[in-house]
Amino acid sequence: MKHTSATGAAAGSLKSYITGFILSVILTTVAFGAVMSEALSHGATVVTIFSAAVLQILVHLHYFLHLNSSSEARWNILAMIFTVLIMALFVGGSIWIMHNLNIRMM
Amino acid sequence: MTPAQTGAHADTAEVFEEHGTAGHQSFGFWLYLMSDLVLFSAIFATFAVLSKAYAGGPTGAELFDLSFVFIETMLLLLSSAACGMAILAMHAGNNGRVLQWLALTFLLGLGFIAMELHEFQQLIAEGHGPGRSAYLSAFFTLVGTHGLHVASGLVWMAVMMYQVKTKGLAVMVQARLMRLSMFWHFLDIVWVAVFSVVYLMGVL
Repeated sequence: MKHTSATGAAAGSLKSYITGFILSVILTTVAFGAVMSEALSHGATVVTIFSAAVLQILVHLHYFLHLNSSSEARWNILAMIFTVLIMALFVGGSIWIMHNLNIRMM
Repeated sequence: MTPAQTGAHADTAEVFEEHGTAGHQSFGFWLYLMSDLVLFSAIFATFAVLSKAYAGGPTGAELFDLSFVFIETMLLLLSSAACGMAILAMHAGNNGRVLQWLALTFLLGLGFIAMELHEFQQLIAEGHGPGRSAYLSAFFTLVGTHGLHVASGLVWMAVMMYQVKTKGLAVMVQARLMRLSMFWHFLDIVWVAVFSVVYLMGVL
């Protein structure tokens, strides 16, 4: 195990930071480009925005925060999965309920 | 952390006995970040629900300049990368380099905040403040909460630069720097969601 861990977290290498940075720039440019160029249909643009966002978040987690399948990171990932579940309930549930309400009030 | 690893830092064993291991502190800080994420998800949910509540006021497409937001995004991303470089310099034990990279991280973050304040100030000056519509209330709340996080990260970073200067790279200072970098990368992740949902979807 490299660069452990008196400080409590595994650190990346120069290569991982540069890779993460380049991938993030590409994904950001793709998302902004898709909207600003207006080259795609509405639906395809929405799909591009959200795919680029999810991919970029994964890139950040992997290359900048160094989450991986190692045993030290396991509890971090478990906590994150639980949080994502809560977030999905929060955001998805709110949109669902309020959308429904909106339709019924019309 | 295994006993063998703590053994390598026997001189700091007392510090760890007082404060718990840095690994536990790091995990605790991670749990804070996750709870912060829950806070953000509540604000995102509010924004999503109110994202069409213009009340006759301006829409996102009329308000936002995407090339401005793109530069903001690049500043924050560069800042995140510079923060990573500071951590690498920390592992190399190079105080001067750590300070240089932290200073760069700080300036890029400050640039981001300055652009955001400029945008807010302009919106309010044009009469598109948070009181104009529910949509703009939600916009200012979401983007402003992220901005407040970045601003407090800047204060923390200034404190850490002072500590690196006065205490050097003591083990506790290193542990704090690790948590600061977690916070900084975390804010960049939240910003990815903000520019995708608020600005890109808003203009679309």
